Amino acid sequence: MDLHATHHPDLTIITVAEARIDAAAAIRFKDAMRAATATGAGHVVLDLGNVTFVDSSGLGAIVAAMKQMGSERRLDLACLTPDVAKVFRLTRMESVFTIHDDLRRLHSRATG
Amino acid sequence: MVIPDTPPQHLDLTTVASDLAVRDLLTRTRDWLRAHALPDETCGTVELVLAEALNNIVEHAYPPDAPGAIRLALQHGPTHLVCILSDHGTALPGGVLPDGTLPDHDVARDALPEGGFGWFLIRDLTDRLDYRRDAGWSHLTLEFRLPAL
Repeated sequence: MDLHATHHPDLTIITVAEARIDAAAAIRFKDAMRAATATGAGHVVLDLGNVTFVDSSGLGAIVAAMKQMGSERRLDLACLTPDVAKVFRLTRMESVFTIHDDLRRLHSRATG
Repeated sequence: MVIPDTPPQHLDLTTVASDLAVRDLLTRTRDWLRAHALPDETCGTVELVLAEALNNIVEHAYPPDAPGAIRLALQHGPTHLVCILSDHGTALPGGVLPDGTLPDHDVARDALPEGGFGWFLIRDLTDRLDYRRDAGWSHLTLEFRLPAL
């Protein structure tokens, strides 16, 4: 799974470069997230702007990625496309994550 | 008079169960739905429901070392889209559709659900569901009411 991490002092932004987090990608996504969050800031934002499709396996993998970071750290989501936002809304998992509409405000905060 | 090119009203796809075969079926289904000029929201709903139903077949109907056939038949009618998914693997437990209760999300972070959403989404997003077992085959019918033009 192709993930791009951008490290700021207090914030790591991880951008998913692939279009689908589905059953075929769920385990690779979780493993890549473990590697991408092994170092870096305690606050991680997962940028899903390129992701057009998440099924329940992908949703489970995103939840698992948050849980495997440990309770001291935080995983937010950003830039949900319409079909992806719908999965989070219907399963009520939108209430579990802080969801940012865009990255601009986060960037300006991260760079001071 | 110009007769517009209309896409076929039926789509009939057959594959061998695997995660990547599911992706391929969904891509071809979405292309066909788009050719029928269905709104993006409807296309997304159908793709998600079919993904959940197909993933269930891949994961539960066939053993991983002996994947079998999956057939997806779609019919675009005047008011509804009808999808019939067939496999000759293990039947659903008890031969009935699962309840599809949404897992509890109001729990400690360590206890958050990582699965169990599939049948909830299928039930929530379809307008009619039917499951029958016949001569060793499972047939799951999923119907979607189409938005009025």
